Amino acid sequence: MRIEPLGDSALIVRVVDECRSDASLNAVLAALRYLEAAAIPGVIELAPAYTTIGVFFDPTRIEQAAPDDSPFDVLSAKIQSVLNAAAFTDEAEVEAPLLEVPVCYDREFSLDLEEVARAAGVTEAEVVLRHSKAAYRVTCVGFAPGFPYLSGLPVELATPRRATPRKEIPAGSVAIGGGQTGIYPRKSPGGWNVIGRTPLRLFDLQRAPPALLCAGDHVRFREISREEFSSLSS
Amino acid sequence: MNVVIHSAGFLTSVQDLGRAGFRQSGVSSGGALDSHALRVANALVGNEDPAAGLEATLGNLRLRFEDQRVVAWCGGAFNVRIGSEDLPPGHAGLVDREDELSMTAPQAGSRAWLAISGGIDVPLVLGSRSTDLRGNFGGHEGRALRDGDALPLGEPSFLPARVRELFGDRKIAEWTALSAWVTTAPRDRFLRIVPGPDRSRFTSQAQTSLLGEPFTVTLDSDRMGARLEGTNLDRVDSGDLLSEAVAPGTLQVPPNAKPILLLGDCQTIGGYPKIAHVITVDLPIAAQLWPGDLVRFHEVSLGEAQQLLRERENDFARFRVGLSLQKS
Repeated sequence: MRIEPLGDSALIVRVVDECRSDASLNAVLAALRYLEAAAIPGVIELAPAYTTIGVFFDPTRIEQAAPDDSPFDVLSAKIQSVLNAAAFTDEAEVEAPLLEVPVCYDREFSLDLEEVARAAGVTEAEVVLRHSKAAYRVTCVGFAPGFPYLSGLPVELATPRRATPRKEIPAGSVAIGGGQTGIYPRKSPGGWNVIGRTPLRLFDLQRAPPALLCAGDHVRFREISREEFSSLSS
Repeated sequence: MNVVIHSAGFLTSVQDLGRAGFRQSGVSSGGALDSHALRVANALVGNEDPAAGLEATLGNLRLRFEDQRVVAWCGGAFNVRIGSEDLPPGHAGLVDREDELSMTAPQAGSRAWLAISGGIDVPLVLGSRSTDLRGNFGGHEGRALRDGDALPLGEPSFLPARVRELFGDRKIAEWTALSAWVTTAPRDRFLRIVPGPDRSRFTSQAQTSLLGEPFTVTLDSDRMGARLEGTNLDRVDSGDLLSEAVAPGTLQVPPNAKPILLLGDCQTIGGYPKIAHVITVDLPIAAQLWPGDLVRFHEVSLGEAQQLLRERENDFARFRVGLSLQKS
């Protein structure tokens, strides 16, 4: 594990060196939970992604033993000692919820299904089957409020981002960008290949937390009909 | 009671100190791009730090008040008037019912923060009154202000009788704050930086250029970030990095080798290498950048950056105490 400054009011904890899918994500989540539980004074918030945790802090509120101590050094040492005391290892097992996300892959919603099928060298029906059968995991949330990046996409479905991003992708669009799949929480520009749409709200201010999916969550897609999409949307 | 927006100018929005605690849901910290300027203006009108005010971009703002309020502003080089009377930056001014406050376009800089006693009382959304312009939530209906909008104001801490006593016959208070806090659009735009975690991914030429040469702010700059053009900052390696946390002040470099200085509305994570970070006490200068501006970078140590921030916070605490003694 390494800790590096991210400017004067944040730092990055590099929990594991390599991204080994589930194992590195579990290690990051385990470290995240220990750091949350420790509630170190001066720490404002924690932001996990793939192999790292961003720690945002107020350097004027980090307790110094001596006036010359650097807030970064003091906080780094505290983070180290929290994780050491928790006997944290990067082989940690983590419990995370499984969410089922209904997706309608109808023509109307699957703007780039043809392109993905061509890139994969299979039929469109086969793309839908493989996409909806795979097991996914949220590696991080970002790009836009509530946008989940999912690992677990079958390798043959990996499709490069569109050379020219679309000006407008509808809310709920399920898309493939390189080797990842993701869901656009709201209408926005974007360069990923859209293959379906979910009626679920990925970001809802009335919910706590507002993002439906959080880093570490397990996800499965369930294919639904156009009728079911309409009834779930209303 | 309301403040009514007669002219909303180019881009005016309700902002406070921003959102904390929702990065895990992909929500940016946002808030006033120069949160210190808003805090100073809030202190001058008797508000607590987190009170919401207005962030005006390029001015051309006209407001009218429905009751008596104390106002103050900080930021770029604008002319602000209450009726026909000048309200210099960093001074508290008294507005009476039906008075108009107007702000011209800037002679230098691009943004200003206006605090109104009582604060702008829009609902808290995810713990903040800031407008998230990309997410379309918070602030006033989740959007930039338009001509004709009326914003509710909170209960002011100054009682009208006390204001009369403090101001006498004048409309503008004599007391003020440090000039460096209230006027933040210097002629020479130097931003102090500390090295970023990916600095060694850049050529030594790139590292030298970053510190030696000026960069120009380009047109596609906004509250998410200022895009810069100058000598290309080339890497010694290539390929994408895993996305990880970024922060306001991060100087990241996409594959076109032209750096982007991230500001308050930046995304929560990013996969471009981070060559440096602008230090917190210089974010007020970064918040004034506008297309066409030249900016230079100067490196300091992390220790210096944190010491400068500590000194500023101590000065601000003294300033608040000083104001409260004056008003008691």
